[in-house]
Amino acid sequence: MGTYIIRRILQMIPVVLGATFLIFAMVFALPGDPVAGKCGERPCSPAYRAAYIQKYNLDKPLPVQYGKYVLNLAKGDLGTTSNNIPVADQLKLRVPVTAKLALMSVIIEAGIGILAGVVTGIRRGGFLDNLILVSTLVLISIPIFVIGYVAQLYLGVKLGWFEVTVTSSTPSVYQLLLPAIVLGSVSVAYVARLMRTNLVENLRADYVRTAVAKGLTKRRAIGLHALRNSLIPVVTFIGFDFGALLGGAVVTEGIFNIPGIGGYVFRAIRARDGASVVGAVTLLVIVYLVANLLVDLLYGLLDPRISHE
Amino acid sequence: MRGTARTVAVAAMSAFALLAAGCGSGDSGGDQSSAAGGKTGGEITVRGCNPENPLIPSNTTETCGGNVIDAIFSKLVHYDAETAKPTNDLAESIDTTDNQNFTVKLKTGRKFHDGTDIKAKNFVDAWNYAAYGPNGQSSGYFMEPIEGFGDTQCTGEGDDPCAGAGVPKAKTLTGLKVVDDTTFTIKTTEKVSNLPVRLGYSAFSPLPDAFFTDPKAFGDKPIGSGPYKLDAWNKEQSIVLSKFADYKGDFGGKVDKITFKIYQQSDAAYNDVIANNLDITDEIPTSALIDEKYKQDLPDRNAEKETGVIQTVTFAPTKVDPNYADPKIRHAISMAIDRDTIVKQIFNGTRQPATGWVSPVVDGYKADQCGEWCKYDPTKAKALLQEAGGFKGSKITLSYNADAAHKDWTEATCNSIKQALGVECVATGVVDFATFRTEIGERKMKGMFRTGWQMDYPSIENFLAPIFKTGASSNDGDYSNPAFDKLLSEAAAEQDAAAANAKYQEAEALLAVDMPAIPMWYGKTTMGWSDKVTGVKITAFGTIDFTSVSVK
Repeated sequence: MGTYIIRRILQMIPVVLGATFLIFAMVFALPGDPVAGKCGERPCSPAYRAAYIQKYNLDKPLPVQYGKYVLNLAKGDLGTTSNNIPVADQLKLRVPVTAKLALMSVIIEAGIGILAGVVTGIRRGGFLDNLILVSTLVLISIPIFVIGYVAQLYLGVKLGWFEVTVTSSTPSVYQLLLPAIVLGSVSVAYVARLMRTNLVENLRADYVRTAVAKGLTKRRAIGLHALRNSLIPVVTFIGFDFGALLGGAVVTEGIFNIPGIGGYVFRAIRARDGASVVGAVTLLVIVYLVANLLVDLLYGLLDPRISHE
Repeated sequence: MRGTARTVAVAAMSAFALLAAGCGSGDSGGDQSSAAGGKTGGEITVRGCNPENPLIPSNTTETCGGNVIDAIFSKLVHYDAETAKPTNDLAESIDTTDNQNFTVKLKTGRKFHDGTDIKAKNFVDAWNYAAYGPNGQSSGYFMEPIEGFGDTQCTGEGDDPCAGAGVPKAKTLTGLKVVDDTTFTIKTTEKVSNLPVRLGYSAFSPLPDAFFTDPKAFGDKPIGSGPYKLDAWNKEQSIVLSKFADYKGDFGGKVDKITFKIYQQSDAAYNDVIANNLDITDEIPTSALIDEKYKQDLPDRNAEKETGVIQTVTFAPTKVDPNYADPKIRHAISMAIDRDTIVKQIFNGTRQPATGWVSPVVDGYKADQCGEWCKYDPTKAKALLQEAGGFKGSKITLSYNADAAHKDWTEATCNSIKQALGVECVATGVVDFATFRTEIGERKMKGMFRTGWQMDYPSIENFLAPIFKTGASSNDGDYSNPAFDKLLSEAAAEQDAAAANAKYQEAEALLAVDMPAIPMWYGKTTMGWSDKVTGVKITAFGTIDFTSVSVK
């Protein structure tokens, strides 16, 4: 187990380096003039332009720019954004917010999704099963920004149950509750359906029949054997989804004005802000890798046949 | 150019688009709330956005930082919120006898937020800093009229014109002289009749000595000269201002504290205003503009006003695209555009169809300068086109930057042209604002393209000289007319403001003959506010007038 983890962590190093280079090269390859938008409808003055280009090394070839970036990175300096704010400070402020949001979302999607999946899986064909199947279908088919705006308008503005926007870098759980529900809503549907399908399949499996025949109660047969096996794909999905929620919360963060990482990356890409994009995305890559490692380790717990020795 | 940069904000990030904010019913400024009532004190929150640069007046060229800079810096003159007319603020007097040598006398007793007196040298040093090339200040060009500006600029070539031999000859402007603590003189290279009007722009703010010892720290926490001081700038979240206790000017505010809450989307800010979580938003989202929904959401709590913004469509220089060289073709295209319908259908009435090249909010505006050429008349348009021998190219193109909300109106414009003239017209999106501007700047873009302008100072001159004078910095169509240039120089030499304006109006009339750009519409700003505040007024610049707003 220990060697497995170490090996996986070592494997992350080239992946992270490769990712930073790819992202850096992609931002570098964006067409156009990074200064043109900063001075309005008129071209920037040569003086402003020169100062800006020199500050961000924009006149250097890609390998030199990347080399400088990595050297600074090794010293712990993530650079500054195009509007002169240290990237590291922004990440420090924003990552906890998005992490909190994504974590709440994952808890909601896992909690509600697995429960709904189990209930419908056991009593398939019943009223509850059909109800959940239909409602998840509806959730999946509605774009998240529609859910977000509707929830904000009715639950926030009209009823006043939730705060309309967050606009704070230390939001409370309550402030993030509505955005987290919105963000997790589509995933809830996927988790529920995935859970249900797998459980239904496993309930028909030989080992469950054997367990019941051996004299185990139905509850134990399902809870101990069928459920554990059915959880493997669900855990894979949730692990993947956690990473996706971190980076993909752009829309939700925009609607509720949450100062998180998604909106930051979005803004940085539009402003061709290389340092911000690379810094933030690298961080997301690392989170993604760690989340996947955790998922792989969880497999071992769920199914002893999967061994990491 | 802050003005233009506001348009940038629009263009570059649609979410923060100020232009997109304009909206509402036909009458301008009609339902501004009355200034009467409302007590002094209290605090308000207003919608803000992320400043693009450190908060230094000479390096802030866009609306996000500009709104803050405006509130914390007093300038020599102050523009009236409603008429945009300049009155002396820090200046006791600005005198000249020849429009070239100006003597500025300062009021005594005015202080910076760090307690130091505002002296003549604070202006001279600040302006020298703005002008000096290697400092790379984005609004350094505002100092251009002052004598000696050329010598403060870098002369090198390539990406770093300030390196090596390119270092400027002079560090200071020869045209600025400190006489004593409260007096300094300005000498301009050429005659400039409206210099006093320009001095109200934030690039001309004084800077305290503390700035020169540590410009970087200053950019994070500027020490201003205005009625409000900056308490905290929480990057990408909020900017907090509070009343400056030692403010002695005439343009102080009523509220004690102003917090700019930074929003990514105008929808979020708007919903917060409805729920009374935010006091004022200076941008109404499109979703609320449809059928004027915002007037039901915020009854008696909204206002709109025309601003010093104009949208135009410019023709590529003749050497780039000869198909549009004949003014008759240009007139035909202009007459083929149904501005009224487009404004109504696409913008929900949030623009004012243009009748000239100058915004109605400025001093010297004359209505209907474009005359019949800006009125929709498809029959006449088609006749004109035939007279000119038809359109030579295969199709008319109208380019726009696709990263902001320009697709709808450019397509509608093209449809209007197509239907009236029977010539194929295509609205062509360019990936983003930066690329768009680069193509225009390098004179690679053919056909027609959208251009916008927001004034820097409320003068008719600002809508003519920077855009249409031969070789001017924003002359994207390379327009050059000796008669036009001559009228501008004559106007600049006029002693009398009215006489100068008359010359400028004459010059504007020439634009109708040559049609270097088609006037489309003027911008409007629409604001909405919560039921906690009163006295919200919109300035001619489309910003919130902090002198009148108060808590109920």
